[in-house]
Amino acid sequence: MAELTYRDAVARGIAQEMTRDPDVIFFGEDVAKAGGVFKTTVGLYEQFGPKRVRDCPISEQAILGAAMGAAMTGLKPIAEIMFSDFFAVCFDYIANEFPKSRYMSNGQLKCPLVVRTGNGAGSRFGAQHSQSVENWAMMIPGLKVVAPSTPRDVIGLLAAAVRDPDPVIFFEHKSLYPTKGDVPDGEIVDRLGTASIVRPGKDATILALALMVPRALAAAETLKAEHGIDCEVVDVRSLVPLDTQTILGSVARTHRLFTVEENPRLCGWGAEIVSIVADEAFYDLDGPPVRITTPHIPLPAADILEDVALPTVERIVDRVRRSMQG
Amino acid sequence: MAKQAVRATDGSRPGINDDIGEEKRLTMYRLQVEIRESEQRAFDLFLQNLVKGTSHLSLGQEAVAAGFAAAMKTGDLSFCTYRGHAHTLARGVPIEKVLGELMQRDNGLMRGKGGSMHLTSAEHGVMGSYAIIGAHLPIACGAALRAQYKGDDDVTVCFFGDGTTNIGAFHEALNFAKVWKLPVIFVCENNLYMEYTPIGEVTAVEHPAADRAAAYGLERIVIDGNDADVVYRAAMTAYERARAGGGPSLIECMTYRHSGHSRADPAKYRPEGELERWKERDPIKIYRERLKQFGIADEVIARIDADVRRRVDEATEKCKAAPPPPLDILTTDVYADGGFAWRN
Repeated sequence: MAELTYRDAVARGIAQEMTRDPDVIFFGEDVAKAGGVFKTTVGLYEQFGPKRVRDCPISEQAILGAAMGAAMTGLKPIAEIMFSDFFAVCFDYIANEFPKSRYMSNGQLKCPLVVRTGNGAGSRFGAQHSQSVENWAMMIPGLKVVAPSTPRDVIGLLAAAVRDPDPVIFFEHKSLYPTKGDVPDGEIVDRLGTASIVRPGKDATILALALMVPRALAAAETLKAEHGIDCEVVDVRSLVPLDTQTILGSVARTHRLFTVEENPRLCGWGAEIVSIVADEAFYDLDGPPVRITTPHIPLPAADILEDVALPTVERIVDRVRRSMQG
Repeated sequence: MAKQAVRATDGSRPGINDDIGEEKRLTMYRLQVEIRESEQRAFDLFLQNLVKGTSHLSLGQEAVAAGFAAAMKTGDLSFCTYRGHAHTLARGVPIEKVLGELMQRDNGLMRGKGGSMHLTSAEHGVMGSYAIIGAHLPIACGAALRAQYKGDDDVTVCFFGDGTTNIGAFHEALNFAKVWKLPVIFVCENNLYMEYTPIGEVTAVEHPAADRAAAYGLERIVIDGNDADVVYRAAMTAYERARAGGGPSLIECMTYRHSGHSRADPAKYRPEGELERWKERDPIKIYRERLKQFGIADEVIARIDADVRRRVDEATEKCKAAPPPPLDILTTDVYADGGFAWRN
């Protein structure tokens, strides 16, 4: 067991898989010699060399297209898109190419690749370098979508993603890079499609993803200590496949549902989950499901504005308390 | 039949035993006729409402597909656009499988799940037909990167139209391929029209692919795309370069589509006489003359023509008799487990 940052966990996760499988290659912008703009890939170039760890031009379409071509012919590429906002310039691959080739070819083609990307707000970068776009990926049939919240999950879910036979979009949260957590020694391999109950509770279920997980946990502590509300916090971790059994099981015990989402409100991942719960667990509920989200706005740069745009611990506490105490 | 190819060195017209040779020439002729007859049949079936959806024919552009296919080795990979029937047939995919897909029957290449624009036959090296302009150029780079990384000696070819040269992925891919010296060949079939608009009206340079080559450190290559011999020789040079580690090539083939852009497009936007002038340079007409020049008997040519027509007829009948796909394939092969489950 060792304490590791989320940032360093990225490099360890990639190294674990590159050591295991010589068909794993890794490329993106500034990822090799410079070690990544967020320093998430420091040391990989030195460890695995220029054939396996490659710097690319600023050509997001070429990066994702090349990853696909390599994947469909036998490699297991990990491609990095520096900021998830840049998905918009290479969205053809995410929306039209990766997820459809198997279906359109009636199973002849495969696309086992991982796209890692820096997602989310908190860096005061403004509207084009701060978005949470996991819902862009979640809506596309054929993709798998994960977003870890801890260093341990970064390694375990990345390993699962690399070993998965389908295209996986791997959302790292930029504001989590400096956070630390305990990581077991040796190989870590997780399973996609598994949510995790990170704080058991009996009064309400709070679902959260990535940066919203530590905020939901902090809110749960306050709700218990100050208001006597005992919340169960579920780290959704994997949007596709979605672990609805864990979610429905939690709601069946607590009878209340809250989602904490960084994405802008419309069509956020919580909307899909709320609809599933409404459809399949309506009579388990003692009150209306509540979504706590970023408003339907582009993100501002100024710190005081960005801070109030995202769901804060205070907003989560307030919203849950008002809803629970009527 | 000539088994050995010998290049003429005395400056005279090469004999049939030149660098191409009789066997290869008969193959290229057969491929061109096969494409012509299959595409014409696809058009006829469309008019009968038996080919549904859309289709983009390569009538008039057969020499590009035949010349390249003749230069390929088993294991070489092809990436095509929605105008990909020709390149799929040229790799040896059965006519029935192609027509079946166009007719959305269960005997089609992808059992009707892909359709005309996405013909794929991985076992023949046809790694897909892509209907988003430019998308497959970077994908071809990736296939070539795999060959380079693993030390495989296959070469990837990527066919596209003149319209593709104005989209970003084209430029990203050329740069990428050159920087990494990838064994990939980019083939622009310049048929003069992007869709309905003349490519010259919307492009800053005369030759939309070749005139951009210098920007990526590539040789400027423009060839007669209606002469299969010319195409074959350019292809061989590019394949040899790629296999020797010399990196990518970009080849612009000047050609012309006899039909409209897609479906029943009557191509009214073409100036009067243009189609007729290009039909004088019909690749099959050119190649039939070529075979005669080399002393191939009329009967040999007629036998190939008749054989192809018989095979197209047989394929058509099989497709007409084939059932539509079963409904249970609607949700198969979304994910690698064979299904479409996104939740537990």
